[in-house]
Amino acid sequence: MRKLALSDEILLNIEKPARYIGGEVNSVMKDSEKVDIRFAMCFPDVYEIGMSHLGIQILYDMFNRRDDVWCERVYSPWTDLDKVMREQNIPLFALESQEPVREFDFLGITIQFEMCYTNILQILDLSQIPLHASERSEEDPVVIGGGPCSYNPEPLADFFDIFYIGEGETVYDELLDTYKEWKSSGKSRKEFLERAAGIEGLYVPQFYDAAYNEDGTLLSFTPNNAHAPAKVKKQVVMAVTDSPYPMKPVVPFIKATQDRVVLEIQRGCIRGCRFCQAGMIYRPTRERNVEKLKEYARTMLKTTGHEEISLSSLSSSDYSELKELVIFLINEFKDKGINISLPSLRIDAFSLDVMSRVQDIRKSSLTFAPEAGSQRMRDVINKGLTEEDILDGAGQAFEGGWSKVKLYFMLGLPTETEEDMREIAHLSDRVARRYYELPKEQRNGKCQITASSSFFVPKPFTPFQWASMFSAEEYARRASIVKEEFQAQLNRKSLKYNWHDAQTTVLEGVMARGDRRVSRVVEEAYRLGCLFDSWTECFRNDLWMQAFENTGIDIGFYNLRQRGTEELFPWDFIDIGVSRKFLCREWEKAVNGEVTPNCRMQCSGCGAASFGGGVCYEGKN
Amino acid sequence: MKARIKFRKYGALRFIGHLDVMRFFQKLMRRADIPIAFTGGYSPHMIMSFASPLGIGLTSDGEYLDIELTAPVDSREAVERMNAECVEGIEVISICQIPDEKKMTGMTILAAADYLISVKSGSLPDHWKNAFADFMVRKEIRVIKQTKRSEREVDIRPLVYGWEIQGENIWLQLAAGSTDNLKPDLVMETFCSLCGIPEESVSFSYHRLEMYADVGKDGRKCLVTLESLGQDVAM
Repeated sequence: MRKLALSDEILLNIEKPARYIGGEVNSVMKDSEKVDIRFAMCFPDVYEIGMSHLGIQILYDMFNRRDDVWCERVYSPWTDLDKVMREQNIPLFALESQEPVREFDFLGITIQFEMCYTNILQILDLSQIPLHASERSEEDPVVIGGGPCSYNPEPLADFFDIFYIGEGETVYDELLDTYKEWKSSGKSRKEFLERAAGIEGLYVPQFYDAAYNEDGTLLSFTPNNAHAPAKVKKQVVMAVTDSPYPMKPVVPFIKATQDRVVLEIQRGCIRGCRFCQAGMIYRPTRERNVEKLKEYARTMLKTTGHEEISLSSLSSSDYSELKELVIFLINEFKDKGINISLPSLRIDAFSLDVMSRVQDIRKSSLTFAPEAGSQRMRDVINKGLTEEDILDGAGQAFEGGWSKVKLYFMLGLPTETEEDMREIAHLSDRVARRYYELPKEQRNGKCQITASSSFFVPKPFTPFQWASMFSAEEYARRASIVKEEFQAQLNRKSLKYNWHDAQTTVLEGVMARGDRRVSRVVEEAYRLGCLFDSWTECFRNDLWMQAFENTGIDIGFYNLRQRGTEELFPWDFIDIGVSRKFLCREWEKAVNGEVTPNCRMQCSGCGAASFGGGVCYEGKN
Repeated sequence: MKARIKFRKYGALRFIGHLDVMRFFQKLMRRADIPIAFTGGYSPHMIMSFASPLGIGLTSDGEYLDIELTAPVDSREAVERMNAECVEGIEVISICQIPDEKKMTGMTILAAADYLISVKSGSLPDHWKNAFADFMVRKEIRVIKQTKRSEREVDIRPLVYGWEIQGENIWLQLAAGSTDNLKPDLVMETFCSLCGIPEESVSFSYHRLEMYADVGKDGRKCLVTLESLGQDVAM
């Protein structure tokens, strides 16, 4: 029987001990003596969040298909266990073997959002691995980062040996083979990192030097090692249908956020919204074959026993075989008590019809993401959604029996005026009015329109990477303008308005577009006690502000400055296939309120066609 | 048609709570293709009920759940199928057909449960066996029982149906079910506090062995295992 890393006394005195015991259905056990490489795969947040992540399930499966590798999982110990582990000097362990992470060959960390950076330091610290890559020896695991935030890895550069830029399916095998060869050679850690740097898509931060201008902007970013390329090329899987997909995903005992089978139907998005990083870094859009997806659905429901299946993509409505797939799922599984969840669908006659078949209309709500209140603002962000689309969609939904609508907006977008802000309230009111246009007998009581706004954070590799942000006070002021306007609306009793916290927005801004110097703030914040910053009950803005003060790092430099189009960015050494020229062109069009058609309507020459496939070549064979 | 599943819970899975064991079995039914019946409505759920939730930290050789089937299953083959889809820590022991009447579910007929208690860490004083015998000889053991809403004083002695010192372990047969229910940790806590054994000097592990229904008549007790009330199906 497996021996647990934690004693009964500890496990019985912490919240949800099941987070730490492993042994779940489909988790992979191997003999550690019979593998060459032990890989600890980490999502730096609590188990229930981390277990819901598809990317890790894909890589976990892919690595464990190799006989010479045993990939295990690691998540952040919640604050209660964190305290016990520090007091009793218990090293962080992987779930499967329950053995210390520091004995592994690799520690892979997926970096999904900026507010997990202090958790990454917690993982290293509890694992008893030196925080700085420069202080690690041959005895320490190779710490490798990946995921969307690695498209600007610089604020974390000091803490990682390697970053994997792009989709994991392409060069991991090569890296693992290289490692195996190196391990048996007995050569130095540096030698291994040099070999790794020679693999396309891998970035070894210590092999690059950054120099700065007097005004603080980046002067140059150059390799200091002959093995390191000047440009690191993003990795993309072009044959998505043939790439590995986990047929037996791990099924947690405790309820994870995503407690269902997830079918990734496509990668990338054709829309080109100018605020959206995913829409740029995952170009070109690539679809999985629908017949293969049907087979996956059948197999995965059987091997997991899940009672729900969900589609995953950035914009499901753009999947060309959506109708076929959804109708198959309904016909095949609806009668077997399987829920079918259809997120990110555009509201139209088809989606309303299928949604009415898979959910209880009276209880469920429909979601629209207009992102901005005014048409002018929607043109600036290139959100191809008109007010007519929204009101028509809502109208059809109301006629179909729905009475709850959620609307998502962003505040603090480039060029935003007070009128744009107030339009958020006006648009919400017009949706409510559309409901009350229905004859009374067709209505289902009052309607509930819930509008939420988050504050916009400019991300690297988007047309808005040049844009300036605002101070926390200014964000609060903008939200209060919207709030005020909501209260002045005719249908205020049917309207609700929520807004996202402004303090974390400011931090996200610094992390998203920060350079190497920002790593000092992350480390200082962690030393002061910051952890689980994305959890409201744990977030300590006062400590973060203290960390900025202690390190002398100026938030204003990163957030309040509009960057010039000539400025060299810390992430410019990465080649995502989409050209800086295209992004710049989009930035200029944004400021002028000009829209750009989506990839299927007309190619805008972003550069992603260089990958040789996907939407760029549809209908060209 | 109704069926009763008996299973073991051991090892690391003692840290999985009751609701998660339920979720585990719901998914297990699908993986093992057990033809379980669903309720109607927009969010149908499996017809499944557990005899008695097992607390976190406890292990068991005798857990029960009752399910409703849409088609009969061969007992031996179904056990094999379920075990093939289980994980270390849960093992299905049997599945048998039980009478269809509503009042026959495990939850309603449960009357008693056996436990084996052993020292997990620390130790008991040398004279503990005599002390425990003296404790059990008492006519009355009054304790404050705390519930979520209130606390009340109860006499737990009549709820101890049987006891025995087995080597270094204690075997207890305790009242279980919706009318009278006694947990083994309450017995041991009371024993320790009455004998002046400091709380921090010893901790126990609790293992449930079996669960029973009372089929006795006219107030005379006659305990039979929940499993024995069903019949194996061979197809």
